[in-house]
Amino acid sequence: MQTDLGLWAVPLAMLAGAIRVSTPFIFVSLGECLTERSGRINLGLEGTLVMGAMSAYGVALQTGSPWAGVLVAGLIGLLLGGLHAAICNLPRVNDIATGIALMLAATGLAFFLGKPLVQPKAPNLSAVELGWWSDIPQVRSALQVNWLFVLGIVLAPALWWALRKTRWGLVVRLAGESVDAARAMGVSVAWVRLLATAAGGFLSGIGGAFLSLYYPGSWNEGLSSGQGLMAVALVIFARWNPLRCLWASLLFGAAGAISPALQSVGVTQGYYLFGAAPYVLTLAIMIITCSPERSLRGAPGELGVTR
Amino acid sequence: MLRNGSIGRRRLLQGTGAALAAGALPLHGVRAQKPLVIGFIYVGPRDDYGYNQAHAEAAAVIKKMAGVKVVEEEKVPETVAVEKSMESMINLDGATLLFPTSFGYFDPHMLRMAQKYPKLQFRHCGGLWTRDKHPANTGSYFGYIDECQYLNGVVAGHVSKTGKLGFIAAKPIPQVLRNINAFTLGARSANPKITTQVIFTGDWALPVKEAEATNSMVAQGVDVVTCHVDSPKVVVETAERAGIYACGYHANQAKLAPKGYLTGAEWNWEKVYTDFVAAMKAGSVPGNFVRGGLKEGFVKTSAFGPAVTEKARAQHEAVKTQMLGGNYVIFKGPLKDNKGNTVITAGTEYIQTEPTLEAMSYLIDGVLGATS
Repeated sequence: MQTDLGLWAVPLAMLAGAIRVSTPFIFVSLGECLTERSGRINLGLEGTLVMGAMSAYGVALQTGSPWAGVLVAGLIGLLLGGLHAAICNLPRVNDIATGIALMLAATGLAFFLGKPLVQPKAPNLSAVELGWWSDIPQVRSALQVNWLFVLGIVLAPALWWALRKTRWGLVVRLAGESVDAARAMGVSVAWVRLLATAAGGFLSGIGGAFLSLYYPGSWNEGLSSGQGLMAVALVIFARWNPLRCLWASLLFGAAGAISPALQSVGVTQGYYLFGAAPYVLTLAIMIITCSPERSLRGAPGELGVTR
Repeated sequence: MLRNGSIGRRRLLQGTGAALAAGALPLHGVRAQKPLVIGFIYVGPRDDYGYNQAHAEAAAVIKKMAGVKVVEEEKVPETVAVEKSMESMINLDGATLLFPTSFGYFDPHMLRMAQKYPKLQFRHCGGLWTRDKHPANTGSYFGYIDECQYLNGVVAGHVSKTGKLGFIAAKPIPQVLRNINAFTLGARSANPKITTQVIFTGDWALPVKEAEATNSMVAQGVDVVTCHVDSPKVVVETAERAGIYACGYHANQAKLAPKGYLTGAEWNWEKVYTDFVAAMKAGSVPGNFVRGGLKEGFVKTSAFGPAVTEKARAQHEAVKTQMLGGNYVIFKGPLKDNKGNTVITAGTEYIQTEPTLEAMSYLIDGVLGATS
C-alpha cells in the first residue's frame, strides 16, 4: 500500500521525475558539450535523438534485445554526427544551418521509417532497484533507475576529467579555442571536430534509445517533443562544463515533473505556468548571466554564429 | 512545405486535363459510373492506438464497400494545410464527401472549402455545427462517449481498493470535462466515497508528461487510471508497468496491458460512416447534426479484462442495458461542482441531447482538480 506523504510528495516526485526524465537530457547535453568544445555547434541533435529512439525500438523489436537497440541507436547517432561534421568541414558551410537541415531530415526520416513501429511492443530495458533500504513505496519507485542513467552519471565526471586532464581533451579544447594555435601544434582541426561531433552524435543516439526503450518506453511521433533542442540550450546554460551539464539536466528533469506532481497533491492553480517551468528557468538564467561587456564565460572561442 | 508549390502545379495539370477532356467527349460517359470518392483527413498518425486510429479503422471498413473509393491523408496540421489537403482530394481525386476529423479543422478551414465548393458535402467530427449559422452542405457528427466513460467509472469504482482514481486529460474543454464528470459519477455509483484526481497535461500528445502524470498519480495511491489524450498508449503502458489498473479510451488498448486493462470507451465510427455512405448512394446527403451514444451504436465498450470482479461486471451490464434502451440519464440533479456550487438543480434531468451538456465548464463534486 502507498503511504500518505502529504506535501513531501512534491519534492519526492520532483526527485523521481529528475531521475526518470533527465537521462536523455544528460546524454544529449554531454554529447553537445563535447561537440561545442571542439568548436562546432550541432543543432541536429534533436533529429539524432528521434532517429535514435526509432532505430533502437525497431532493433529491439527485431532482435528481442533492448541493448542491441541501444548500440544501434548509438551507431546511427555516430553516422548522423559524422555526416554533420563532414558537411561542416567543407569550406564556408554554416554549421547552424546544416544542423537545422539535419534535424528536419532526421526527424522526417524517423517518422517515415517508424510508421510500422507505432503499434508493436518492443522489449524494454530493465530497471535497477536502488530503493531497497526504504519501506516507503514512493521512495522505492522513485529510486528505480535505469543503467543508462547510471552510465550518464558516471560519464559526466569522466568527460569533465578527460577534457581537463588528458592530452586529447586538451586537443579538443584547443580546436575549439583557436584554430591557429591548433594548426601551429600540428593538430588537424577538421579531424578533431569530426571525431568530437560523431562522438556527440553517438551519445545523443543513446539518449534517444532511453526514450523509446525505457521511459516512456514506446515509439511514437511525439516522443521527443523538443527535448533534444532543450538539451542543446542546456549546454550554454551549463557553460560548456560536463559536470554542470549533469546538474542542469537533473534540474530540467525535476522542473518538468513539477506540474503533474503539484496537480496530484491538489495544487491545481496555474498548471500551464508550472508546465512552462523549464523554459522559464532557462530564460531566467540566461538573462541573469548575460552581460553586454563580455562574451559568455566559458564559451569556446571558435564557437560562433558569425563564421 | 512541399505542398505549397504543388497547388499551382495541380491547378495547371487540372486545367490542361480539363481542356483535353473537353475535346474527348466519351469521357463524360465514364463519369456517370465513377465511384463515390470519400476523403478522410486525420490530425495524427493512423495507428496511434487512439483518436485517429478509431477513424482510420472505420475508413478501412468503408473502403470495402462496393462503389466507394476512400482517399486518406494523415498528420495534417490544423492550419491552412488542411485546406490544401481538401483541395487536392476534391480536384485530383474527385472526392464529393469529405471528413476532416479533427476539432480544429472546422473553423475557418472546412467552412471556407464548403463555401468554395457548395455542391460537395463536408462533415466534421466534433460538436461545432449550428443551423442557420453554417452552410447547409456542412454538418457535424459526434458520439456520446461519456456513456462509456460512465461505465468505465462503474468498473473502476468496484475494482479500486484505495478509493482514488486518476484521469489524465489534455485540455479543459467541454468534451473532456464531460468525460471526467461521467467517469466520476459512474465510480461514485459503485462507491460513493471515491475521488478522481485530474491532471491536465496541456496538450493532446505529450508522451513524457503523460507518463510523468501517471507515475505521480501512482505515488499518490491512485490505483485505476483513464485518460482523454489523443493516444492513450503511454498512459495504459505506464499504468501496467506500475502494476495498477487502466480503463481505455478512443480504441481498444487491451493488448498493451494484459493484466491491468479493465474495460474501455471506444468509438464505433463504422456505424456513422456506413450510414453516411448509404445516404449518399441513395442520392441524398448525410444529416447535418448527427449524434448518438451506445443506443445508436456510435460508441462501444471494450471486452472486460481479467481483473474485473463479478459485482463490477453485473452493475456495468445492468447500466449498459438501460443505456442501450435509451433510458439512462447520467447528468441529473441535484449535482454540485467541486467548489460547492449547484450546477444541476434537484429534479432536473439532462438527457444526452441537451445542448447545455455540450458546453460543460465545471468539474463535479468528487473530482480533485481545477479547470484553470
